[in-house]
Amino acid sequence: MTAPTSPAAGLSAPPALAGRYAQFARRRFLVLGVMALALLACTVADMAIGPSDLSFADVVRGLLWPDSVPTAQQVIIWQVRLPYAVMALLVGASLGLAGAEMQTALNNPLASPFTLGLSAAAAVGASVAVVSGVTWIAWTENLAVPVFAFIGAACATGLIQWLSWRQGATVDTVVLFGIALLFTFESLLWLLQYVADSNALQQIVFWTMGSLGRATGIKIAIVGTVLGLCMLWSATQVWALTALRAGEDQARSFGIPVERLRLVTLLRVSLLAATALSFVGTIGFVGLVGPHMARLLLGEDHRYLLPGAALAGALMLSAASILSKAVIPGVVLPIGIVTALVGVPLFMVLVLRQRRL
Amino acid sequence: MDQTPASSGLQLDALVAGYSGQRVIGGISLPAVAPGSLVALVGPNAAGKSTLLKAIAGLLPASGRVLLDGADMATLPTRERLRRIGYLPQALPQPTSLLAYEIWQSALRAGRSEWPAERRAAAIEQVVAELDLAELGLRRMDELSGGQRQMVGLAQAIVRAPRLLLLDEPTSALDLRWQLTVLDTLRRHARATGTLCLVAVHDLNLAARFCDQVLVLHHGALAAAGAPAQILTPALLRQVYGVRARVETCSQGHLMVLADATASAASDSVPSPLAATS
Repeated sequence: MTAPTSPAAGLSAPPALAGRYAQFARRRFLVLGVMALALLACTVADMAIGPSDLSFADVVRGLLWPDSVPTAQQVIIWQVRLPYAVMALLVGASLGLAGAEMQTALNNPLASPFTLGLSAAAAVGASVAVVSGVTWIAWTENLAVPVFAFIGAACATGLIQWLSWRQGATVDTVVLFGIALLFTFESLLWLLQYVADSNALQQIVFWTMGSLGRATGIKIAIVGTVLGLCMLWSATQVWALTALRAGEDQARSFGIPVERLRLVTLLRVSLLAATALSFVGTIGFVGLVGPHMARLLLGEDHRYLLPGAALAGALMLSAASILSKAVIPGVVLPIGIVTALVGVPLFMVLVLRQRRL
Repeated sequence: MDQTPASSGLQLDALVAGYSGQRVIGGISLPAVAPGSLVALVGPNAAGKSTLLKAIAGLLPASGRVLLDGADMATLPTRERLRRIGYLPQALPQPTSLLAYEIWQSALRAGRSEWPAERRAAAIEQVVAELDLAELGLRRMDELSGGQRQMVGLAQAIVRAPRLLLLDEPTSALDLRWQLTVLDTLRRHARATGTLCLVAVHDLNLAARFCDQVLVLHHGALAAAGAPAQILTPALLRQVYGVRARVETCSQGHLMVLADATASAASDSVPSPLAATS
């Protein structure tokens, strides 16, 4: 047993443990850097693949020196491929970040935007727009479905926030309520599909499979702004969220208002997920697996976990986007189908290598 | 560390607390306990030990007053109050993939954000040296045993250098050696820094051996308070725990509580003080 040192001795002692911990921190920065580079490469590859084949070099030249490529390629790169690839990146990052925060706030490794029924609620909102024919109103032609999807997700969010605000609502209660919401909204979705005509039914099914093809400049700006603001907001709470991982009672003992932190975190998650899903449709798995990948690679210090989860989510969706175009030449598969096909093997490899979640 | 002010120590005045409208502790008053003391809080299960600690920490709605170094804790904002009071909950820290170092770091960043980085790093080095935890510092929490996680949690409570440490069963998951280590370290920590440590324990022998004072809770009320040799008597043990016990002094001079049987199992009446304190 070591004798206690005086406070003065403690202050003058060389920070041996801090020095050794700094090596961990450097390795994590390196991992984040590698993930960012992989994401960059994936995004460029995503832009190179499509019905009109472009080379990697064409895409890089077209992005950095637009005048050096033919006009047709400029149009393809800037007006078709770039919005598509950037939307994949932003939506993936939003879902990854939302999933990581939700898993921490609810202390549940299975939590994701799906757990609380947000995706199902967004799908119901979108389906209402399709079935009611509101998309035919000229001025809302592009945004009616996303706006209704957002309203759907916001309704689910409001219900969850109301429950979380109530005293005595435990984390388990919130998760169970989310699962109940999920089944309720799925039933509503089936009801809408049942009453929809064949054309509307086709649109609903297509929407629920997810698609990045609906990306436009304004949609990218909205998703990007929400993601940027939420990341800044999260950055102010990384220590509180890290402390929460040690345990609720522990976090309370430091003066962290746990209930308020949970409420604010769920609000941020809802905003991220609702915005992302409303523009691209139902995309599953990213919000669940992205955070786990980040956790396996970076641990649970939220200074690294949150950016890591955003990068992992973006990487997954970007890779899924490449596959969605590459599996069957000339055909773009719905992205929601591919995310699970990409994510599951990758996830299993990581889990089996680490043998822990 | 903060300097000990002239008017110092912990004082409770008619403290009442409970859960969901149900009163668990009722009207506990305690004359000032001096800083630098190690005080044991003992009592049977459901006596209200955890509730009392939470109420003192301000983590439960309570009426009455908690005075620390002359300041009424109820008048302070939560963060300021919990800078002065360190609380170790009964639940162990979760087995997450966080490193022990990150657990301590997060406690300091969340609870001592005003400290500069150098001071935070030095505080961690100091508590690691005090509790002999250098080997655990860079290990993941989910790789540690329950006892090791309890030690990490203890360090998390101490590292913020509070004036009052409230520890809810800090030795519940520890083996014999670490139980002695923890109590001995706490006593020396209290002496060296002037921190007042209030420790809920079930092991009366640990309380008798290491603590300056013992507070005995029974049915949410303070049944007795004072030096272990004065408080721990067979009569009190029978009244509070319902056991027939002897209190003896071992060859090393330590007070020992030896429980012989439950009071219901014992056919005789309360043993005589003479027979019990040989």
